[in-house]
Amino acid sequence: MKRRSFVKSAAAAGTLMPFTLSGMGVKTYEDSPLLQVLGRRAGATDKVLVIIQLNGGNDGLNTLIPTDQYSNLSKARSNVLIQENKVLALSGKSGVGLHPKLTGLRDLYNAGLVSAVQCVGYPQPNFSHFRSTDIWMSGSNADEVFTTGWMGRYLDMAYPEFPQKYPNATMPDPLAIQIGQVVGLQYMGPTVTMGMAITDPSTFYQLVDGTTEQTPSSPYGDELAFLRLVTQQTNQYADVIKAAATKGKNYSTKYTTPGRNSSLSDQLKIVAKLINGGLKTPVYMVSLGGFDTHSEQVDSADTSNGSHANLMQQLGDAIAAFQDDLKLMGLQDKVAGMTFSEFGRRVMSNASDGTDHGAAAPLFVFGTSVQPGIIGSNPTIPSVVTVNDNLPMQYDFRQVYASVLQDWFGLTDTELKVAMGNKDFNTLPIFKNNKAKIEDYVDLVSRISLNAIYPNPHRGRVSVDYFTESGNLQLHVFDARGTLIDTVVSGWHAHGSYTAFIDTAQYGPGNYFVQLSQGEKRFTEVLLVP
Amino acid sequence: MNRKHFFESLLLGNKNTGSNTLVEEGNDVLTRKTVNRRTNTGIAQYTGTFGDAELMHLLRRSLFGVTMGDIRKFKGKTLTQVVDSLLTPALTQPNPPVNYYGNQVNDPNVAYGSTWVNAPLDPNVESNRKAGVKSWFWGLTAFQNPDLLQKMVMFWHNHFAIQFLEIPDSRACYTYLKTIHTHALGNFKDLTKAITIDPAMLFYLNGRLNTKRAPDENYARELQELFTVGKGPNSKFTEDDVKEMAKILTGWSINPLTNPFSTAFVATNHDSTDKKLSSFYGGVTIKGRTGLTAGDDELKDLLSAIFAVDETALYLCRKLYKFFVYYDIDDAVETNVIVPLAKVFKDSGYDVKTVLKTLLKSEHFFDQWNRGCVIKDPITQQAGFCRQMEVKFPSNTDYFLHYQMLILGVYFGELTQMNYGDPPNVAGWPAWYQKPLFYRSWINSDTLPKRNQFTDYLLYIGHKVGSFTLMADPWVVVKQMSNPGVADDLIAETIAFLVPEDLTAAQKSNLKAILLPGGIPDYNWADEYRAATTPSDPNYSTSLVSVTAKLKALFKAIMNLSEYQLS
Repeated sequence: MKRRSFVKSAAAAGTLMPFTLSGMGVKTYEDSPLLQVLGRRAGATDKVLVIIQLNGGNDGLNTLIPTDQYSNLSKARSNVLIQENKVLALSGKSGVGLHPKLTGLRDLYNAGLVSAVQCVGYPQPNFSHFRSTDIWMSGSNADEVFTTGWMGRYLDMAYPEFPQKYPNATMPDPLAIQIGQVVGLQYMGPTVTMGMAITDPSTFYQLVDGTTEQTPSSPYGDELAFLRLVTQQTNQYADVIKAAATKGKNYSTKYTTPGRNSSLSDQLKIVAKLINGGLKTPVYMVSLGGFDTHSEQVDSADTSNGSHANLMQQLGDAIAAFQDDLKLMGLQDKVAGMTFSEFGRRVMSNASDGTDHGAAAPLFVFGTSVQPGIIGSNPTIPSVVTVNDNLPMQYDFRQVYASVLQDWFGLTDTELKVAMGNKDFNTLPIFKNNKAKIEDYVDLVSRISLNAIYPNPHRGRVSVDYFTESGNLQLHVFDARGTLIDTVVSGWHAHGSYTAFIDTAQYGPGNYFVQLSQGEKRFTEVLLVP
Repeated sequence: MNRKHFFESLLLGNKNTGSNTLVEEGNDVLTRKTVNRRTNTGIAQYTGTFGDAELMHLLRRSLFGVTMGDIRKFKGKTLTQVVDSLLTPALTQPNPPVNYYGNQVNDPNVAYGSTWVNAPLDPNVESNRKAGVKSWFWGLTAFQNPDLLQKMVMFWHNHFAIQFLEIPDSRACYTYLKTIHTHALGNFKDLTKAITIDPAMLFYLNGRLNTKRAPDENYARELQELFTVGKGPNSKFTEDDVKEMAKILTGWSINPLTNPFSTAFVATNHDSTDKKLSSFYGGVTIKGRTGLTAGDDELKDLLSAIFAVDETALYLCRKLYKFFVYYDIDDAVETNVIVPLAKVFKDSGYDVKTVLKTLLKSEHFFDQWNRGCVIKDPITQQAGFCRQMEVKFPSNTDYFLHYQMLILGVYFGELTQMNYGDPPNVAGWPAWYQKPLFYRSWINSDTLPKRNQFTDYLLYIGHKVGSFTLMADPWVVVKQMSNPGVADDLIAETIAFLVPEDLTAAQKSNLKAILLPGGIPDYNWADEYRAATTPSDPNYSTSLVSVTAKLKALFKAIMNLSEYQLS
């Protein structure tokens, strides 16, 4: 009996292994027509998505700054608030601007290459870094746990029978590459991670740079060096990455000084080089840490400087350099990028010149394919802010994902639902080529909205149109001093659009505020009574 | 041979590479060998600090994976106490393998759950039994007690190598292992005698066919070349010695009619002439005998001659050195370790405990130079993983399921080029004898990813049969750590637990980014860990998911490092 026949005899004797070695228990999809269709399409898209994770929770209010809310912002967070005259204006926009150090991003916006989405979050926000990161990466609700990631589910569909049948002629390259960290939850497929495991980031840089790390001069060091070399050689994608890194070139001179392999600029530079070198990998993820700015977020002498400002500078400059590089390569139409962070930060700052964990925050999608502009409205900052106040979400983060998958990667509605974990999300008009309907992204997303007060100014009967998700909802009128003078509506509503009426004849002449509120979500409009 | 072909040949496991090529390629890490060894330490007892690092070094080399319980058991004890304990096995003969296959195929002679080792041979179930004895053998390592017995069983299995698949009767495979267990920590000479007339060995190396009319030299050659005096430069046995020893060993056979088949001596097949050995063996004459005790008497005389030669002790000590310390035996090691150790061994009458005690307590063994440089053999890597992670197997009275899980170990061992019970040939596994690769022959572009797959598979997917899933749960280990709620402490303790030498600051920082991505403050880990370990905490269930995922990622990241393959 030959050596190999043991396994055969074991199988014959009813001890069959339920997996194949290379398969690691991955099920095959031969029975699913949906996935067969996708399988034929695999590799057909040459679109690339670059995800930039801002680790720690980015302060959205100091990133995309609602300058029309300055008086209330200065009450809530004067010690971290950026000087209004330093906020970078955006062409064609008033009442909103960018952090003074986001010059790179501002330039891209003004060139029509950025779509900003206001107040992205999810219902029942969680304030734990761990949990909220898991929610963002997996695409789950706050009250459920997914063990797969949103990108992993997409890649699992687009590239069936990974990893057994990969690399292959149509997809010789890694499905996803995460630079600078171990492969995260978002690439997790049903059974295996779809991302390339760069277990030791330094190994990855060595691969790209063609260098070798020193090991001690000892038997331990000798064996370790041997093992590391084989590790590098046996990574099934090492050759293609190395080839792409060798063939690829960076053209932009805008990247910051090299030498810090961990910098966002260097990470994006590598991504650009690999794309230029012909790697077909559709998804890259890079990251920038340090956003957990509980203290000394700003320099108290000049709030436009400080640790958050440094991060903004790195972010804006790195994206600008990356986009410049792609343009010089002529590959700009192939690539889109997006940022995300596990949460925004609290409206009210703390006494340490910092901000604590918050909820919704803006998010940026960039590239030549995006529909430039800002989706959503500035968050409304109440005149009285307590330490518990958070920005209500206007858009669910999964609407952004859905938009990317459908309008960038081209998933059908049915496919999209699978990738989104069997949930339906309306898309947003992030990309030029989009199918979003305005009522979808205004209504369903913001959950409540105060749509029209008509006529205004007016003394007499005024109609107020509003929309709400199901839940308890109040419509209040405050006078100019902030005193509640009328409760127009209060009670449970089913999902839908409503109209309420206010008789302003009973009010004295002056300015009033009509506020629609549901839980922490508030929308306020001015009502003028002559 | 050009560089490309050289690399390919190494990665394909081609052993036909001359060592002169290695010299030419000396600057390459693949062939790098640090020269100018600076250590002249010998076998004097180590008197330096016997701290955590030294204890772990000793346990890593002595056991298949070190558990948290092992560390607790030995921590604070002296070197002598620990080595004495390691050399005093709790159990020398494990319970025999059983019928685990009764729910799949009927064995008319053996009830489900009962042992088949004394039951009649049955072709219908022989393949099940063969898979069973191999699985059981693998299980002995994964379920070992914290002592040296199983490591020495592996050593002797590699030394007196047979291939189970060449043995047509699983019961003989069991008795072979029983013989090794009996003598593993006993006397080398006694073991050599027992193995020489062990039914499986008589079958494997044709001893059963060796008669005075048709002498078969197979065993007589391997007895010298592989089992005792070796083929070193000073081992000058002759072809005539092979012929004479074959005559001495004539008449031994196996009786197929017993259950299991047993050793028999057929006096009429024995060559009763006198046999003269060469000057290498002192020119002694082994007196020819007749009758039923002739074979046994001549074997005793033969072994006396062989074990009187210094080369026997030297050869064994070199093999023990390669097994427990490192494969590179330079002049300093030969002079300072091998020669004096061989004297100790021979002077003790070839007492295995004595030689091990001397080696494992020596200053040379604890020399920093010799730490962390053994590439784990696949069984140590895989069974060691199960042991250190305390992977929960189905109850050993749930026979079918239990064996299904053990067979996974056999299977992965085979895939990573260590088919336990079936070494490639009578010389054992190349890792312990084949220049220039030695341990490095375990590692190539095929086996290294599979080693990682084994650990990843049990950490992330689990081996599922029926309702049972074999899985490694980092919590089992982490909960035994001293301060897992502090990220830096958790990382430091996990590193010390899983790899032989400390990692670099950059590596540690990467590991910390798993627990605390983006440089978020350490207290986040403390808070999440507390919530995840406090069922009454409102965030218990979600924190548990996050923390569990991070612990798995931490263990996976370290286990995927090259360092994890080292011991």
